[in-house]
Amino acid sequence: MSKPTIIPIGPYHPLQAEPELFKLYCDGEIVKDVKWETGYNHRGIEKLSESKTFDQVFFLVERICGICSTSHPFAFANCMEEIVNVEIPDRAKYIRSIIGELERIHSHLLWAGLAGHFLGYNTVFMWVWKYREPVLDLFEIITGNRNSYAMFKIGGVRRDIPNNLVPTIQKNLDALKHKLDLLIGVVMDDPVIHARTKGVGVLTKQDIINFAAVGPTARASGVAIDVRQDDPYAAYPLVNWKVITAEEGDVFAKVAVRLLEMYESVSIIEQCLEGLKKEKEGDIEVKVKNVPEGMGTGRAEAPRGEVFHFVTTDGGYSPVRHKVRAPSYTNISTFKKSCVGQTISDATISLAAVDPCYCCTERMAMVYDYYNKKPILSGKDMIKLSQQKTEELKKKL
Amino acid sequence: MSETEKIIDNIKNKFTQDILNTEVKSKRRATITIPGSALIKMADFLYSDMNFRFITASALESGKGFEIYYHFSNDKTGLVFNIHVVLPKNKPEIESLTCLFEAASWIEREMHEILGINFLNHPNLEKLISEGNWAEGVYPYRKEQQ
Amino acid sequence: MLKLGFKSYIFKKSLWLFHFGGASCNNCDIEILDCLTPRYDVERFGMLLVGSVRHADVLLISGSINQKDKVRLLEIYKQAPKPILVVAIGACSCTGGIFAEGNVFAGPVDKIIPVDAYIPGCPPKPEAILAGIFKLLKKK
Repeated sequence: MSKPTIIPIGPYHPLQAEPELFKLYCDGEIVKDVKWETGYNHRGIEKLSESKTFDQVFFLVERICGICSTSHPFAFANCMEEIVNVEIPDRAKYIRSIIGELERIHSHLLWAGLAGHFLGYNTVFMWVWKYREPVLDLFEIITGNRNSYAMFKIGGVRRDIPNNLVPTIQKNLDALKHKLDLLIGVVMDDPVIHARTKGVGVLTKQDIINFAAVGPTARASGVAIDVRQDDPYAAYPLVNWKVITAEEGDVFAKVAVRLLEMYESVSIIEQCLEGLKKEKEGDIEVKVKNVPEGMGTGRAEAPRGEVFHFVTTDGGYSPVRHKVRAPSYTNISTFKKSCVGQTISDATISLAAVDPCYCCTERMAMVYDYYNKKPILSGKDMIKLSQQKTEELKKKL
Repeated sequence: MSETEKIIDNIKNKFTQDILNTEVKSKRRATITIPGSALIKMADFLYSDMNFRFITASALESGKGFEIYYHFSNDKTGLVFNIHVVLPKNKPEIESLTCLFEAASWIEREMHEILGINFLNHPNLEKLISEGNWAEGVYPYRKEQQ
Repeated sequence: MLKLGFKSYIFKKSLWLFHFGGASCNNCDIEILDCLTPRYDVERFGMLLVGSVRHADVLLISGSINQKDKVRLLEIYKQAPKPILVVAIGACSCTGGIFAEGNVFAGPVDKIIPVDAYIPGCPPKPEAILAGIFKLLKKK
């Protein structure tokens, strides 16, 4: 065998916003091995946490990841409540779950957009991110910020969702459901996405168990683990929902699991809003005076999988040791398995000649008849047109 | 008798002489303290026979020495099962779990970097996060550094 | 300083942006990407996110800078065509934010390279990012 060519992706690569370095060892076009180098994003959070008080740690763990910025406080709150041994009021449980599920929707939409971007399919990216904006607006209405919410504290939540906000949230959710239908129609039926994602990056059940992968990555390979169901917390045992799984384990299965999960999230939020109406307004926290000595483990299901926090305390004001395990920590190592043996373009799910049939509808633009100043094609018509084109393509393939 | 108690009893029957201490905190949280020499067979039993999932491991320095908690999860009952191991301060060494599952690889490399615990038979104990961030031989999570 | 008006001439239209994400929590990165998407759409002002700093007029920096990033940041700044505008986005790159006390923190961006504009916030909203870049343009 000839000497392998090393193709670096990163640390500052147009493909990704975050700094990390993947080295693909290639023979021809086939990836033979993957090594990864990290440390570009190390901030010493576990160490910093030891110098903060318990209330401050919430703001710190929120900034571990901007996309899962509720999951880490969620897990930390579960962990601290285990040490303090306190049961939070039902209203606080509902509010926690609402925030958690809204975050799941926003994160899955973000991922779907980026996946489209990586496939070279920027229309999906633009569309999906446009639909994501109303979710961020909801966050702004409820918590006051688009991304870092600062809603959690030991024993409850910091802000209430007043009952008169419920219709607004419901209205936005209804609009979102309609958009999800559209999006799923677009993604699930698109022959290009099928061609690019089916049978690519397959992870078997055994791989998942070996790498201890979690979240949608595991669920797409038929391993039905979900902390919300296995180790129920917050309002999840109070509402009806089901765990979405797929068997194939390829990229397409992961797309499908994530998209279908968003429907479940919408349903959970709706049930939580119903529950919220029954509880008394303002009953959102239990006062916790001091934290006893002990150790606790807390888990929460982030959009990417299980977040795990481990804290030991000595009866003082700050943690003695705070260990955080984010879901990507185990999921990224599966990269080693999923992209070995694939071509370079599939390995990065990035560059490929893509049929640009959706580019015409990129911004839902209106094509105007210049002389009559009347729209001859509205956004809806254009969607229809592009759907027709997809159908034609399907027949051809 | 709950599922958790059954599991604990099962483990106790199998490893009677190795268990130093058992603590069942609630229905879904349990910790068991064992000597470092029994780690591999205990982890193997949990992973292969009981189908537990390895979550992660947490290391810390305390008055007793270096402590490692290996966290396992039973996804059917929601049990988080911790294996607690104490290592001596002067020679922190323990067998690596990478022979059982890949998932232990990164976390062991990380513990090696931040606390200087040596993992025997680890295939690739390279730097994970410290390269360029702090010098070799500096262990920022040790108490003497504070 | 530059009386010839060179800077004001080249920074008049169609700024191309390069995004450097340090040890960030991703929030600012997402908000920068958000600026490109239909609701904010910076491309209508001729701004484009480019893949290499060699093509860029503006270097956007988000996230705190750790020891390992510092080397890369200097390298990227050296590669950039001069003059280049440097914008620090978010609390972490302006001051260090919540990570300033961390054991690997290498200093806020302005201790490492000269910065032309600061856009504070955790994370700054896309509107704030747009406003910041336009203020910078007017100043030049």
